[in-house]
Amino acid sequence: MDKLINDFSFGLFIWQILIFVGLILLLKKFAWKPILDAVNDREEGIKNALLSAENARTEMQNLQADNQRILQEARLERDNMLKDAREIKEKMIADSKTEAQAQGLKMIEQAKAAIESEKNAAMAELKSQVSNLSIEIAEKLLKDELSNKEAQTKLVEKMLGDVKLN
Amino acid sequence: MVISKHPLRFILTAVIACLPLFSFANIVSDSTKVHTEAVHVVSDSVHTMTEAEHSTKEASHDAHAEPTDVKSKIKEFINHHLLDAHDFTLSANEETGEHYGFSLPIILWDNGLQVFSSSKFHHGEKTAEHNGNFYVLHHEKIYKTDASGALVEGHGGHPENVRPLDLSITKSVVGILFVAILMFLLFTGLAKSYGKNNGIASGAGRFFEPLVLYVRDEIAIPNIGEKSYKKYMSYLLTIFFFVFFLNILGLAPLGFNVTGNITITLSLAVLTYLITTFTANKNYWSHMLWMPGVPVILRPVLAMIELLGTIIKPFSLMIRLYANMMAGHVVLMSIIGLMFIFKSWIGSSLSFVLAFALSILEILVAFLQAYIFTMLSSLYFGAGNEEHHHEEAHH
Repeated sequence: MDKLINDFSFGLFIWQILIFVGLILLLKKFAWKPILDAVNDREEGIKNALLSAENARTEMQNLQADNQRILQEARLERDNMLKDAREIKEKMIADSKTEAQAQGLKMIEQAKAAIESEKNAAMAELKSQVSNLSIEIAEKLLKDELSNKEAQTKLVEKMLGDVKLN
Repeated sequence: MVISKHPLRFILTAVIACLPLFSFANIVSDSTKVHTEAVHVVSDSVHTMTEAEHSTKEASHDAHAEPTDVKSKIKEFINHHLLDAHDFTLSANEETGEHYGFSLPIILWDNGLQVFSSSKFHHGEKTAEHNGNFYVLHHEKIYKTDASGALVEGHGGHPENVRPLDLSITKSVVGILFVAILMFLLFTGLAKSYGKNNGIASGAGRFFEPLVLYVRDEIAIPNIGEKSYKKYMSYLLTIFFFVFFLNILGLAPLGFNVTGNITITLSLAVLTYLITTFTANKNYWSHMLWMPGVPVILRPVLAMIELLGTIIKPFSLMIRLYANMMAGHVVLMSIIGLMFIFKSWIGSSLSFVLAFALSILEILVAFLQAYIFTMLSSLYFGAGNEEHHHEEAHH
């Protein structure tokens, strides 16, 4: 302890305090403050950059997810549209088919009716013609036969027999 | 701690390196014993002559006889090295008495400012006369004397002559100034390089940027806390680099021993104490003077202990740095001195290897002591800035 006290030098103490405090103040103004500020700024910058990169990444991911979703939706819509179109097409085909069938049936029906009426008309005409013809024939025969009474009666009988066969 | 394992390994290596050294040392010292005694006899006669010559200085010189044999010369040299010096001597030629180096200014306050060159003392051999006052340099302390240069022997071996206030630019002051200028240039350069280089350090200061960050992130923030560490950063960074550079400077072969000087460590410890005391918050004082949660009778006792503790803390700071650096210098110089005592190929070269290993260890110590000083300072600042949460956690 005596050595320590003896080693102490007051002049050196004053110099040391003066120089050291001066050094602290000078360095604080010209070195430590700018250095720490610069380092802090740099660290903040790095932090911000990392944060914004992370944000950009999540945004990108969101965007991608959005894209995917939109694509999915579009695909779904397309599928629906295709399905609808197919249905419409099938319906149309079916509709036209039934309509055509009905139309055909109707036409056949009409044709049948026409054929029937024509046939009836023809039959009637034919009957009238036949009757006219038979009357003419009968007239002629009668004219002929009436000249010959016996022959007349015979002919009438014969013709009547023929008509009956008809 | 990452580094804690290495010193141990180093010490082990050093011890193993030492083992053969001691066996040789005995033989060598045996053979030289006769020789040294012979020198002693011769030098005794020389000694009497010098005494006759400087009969006026007899009183002071008697207690500290002129070093004669190698061992005591080395001891004298080490002791001289550990002290501050009023001139800058790199080496001296004993035979011619010539000193290689340069003188430093002596500034005394003795009825006015007295400024003269230290060359007037002739390295403590002569009485300096300035403005009609006579001064004598005795063990690197300046005493006022009369024309004869006599010193009055006091008790405890120290002269009782008047000591004027010595504000000389001593070797240590030169060292401090050198480090201060170096630090200023280095760190202002680093600070400027950020602006020039877009926020990235460049130049020589760049090497110290990691250390600055280390002090901030590993020393200041964990010990003081995120909230109030900023106001201490200037002090912590300055003290860290100041101690670190001075420790390293002490290892350079220029003969500086600044951080191993009690005055320097005392001033640093005083600054830490003052900063702790004046920046401490209410919580710190209330815990110190009137400890809550303790019986009232015990509180004054605890206050006494706590107050004593605030003095002991910086005191331990002072002693730790001083003792570490001084011990390092003593051991290193002793081992280097062993080379001249052995004067044999084996002993001296082993001594060299040991000195080399120790020098490397000293570099580590230089960093470690700077770290510890800064670390403990920040710990004390942190204690002075502790928030109230301590107590709330209790209830």
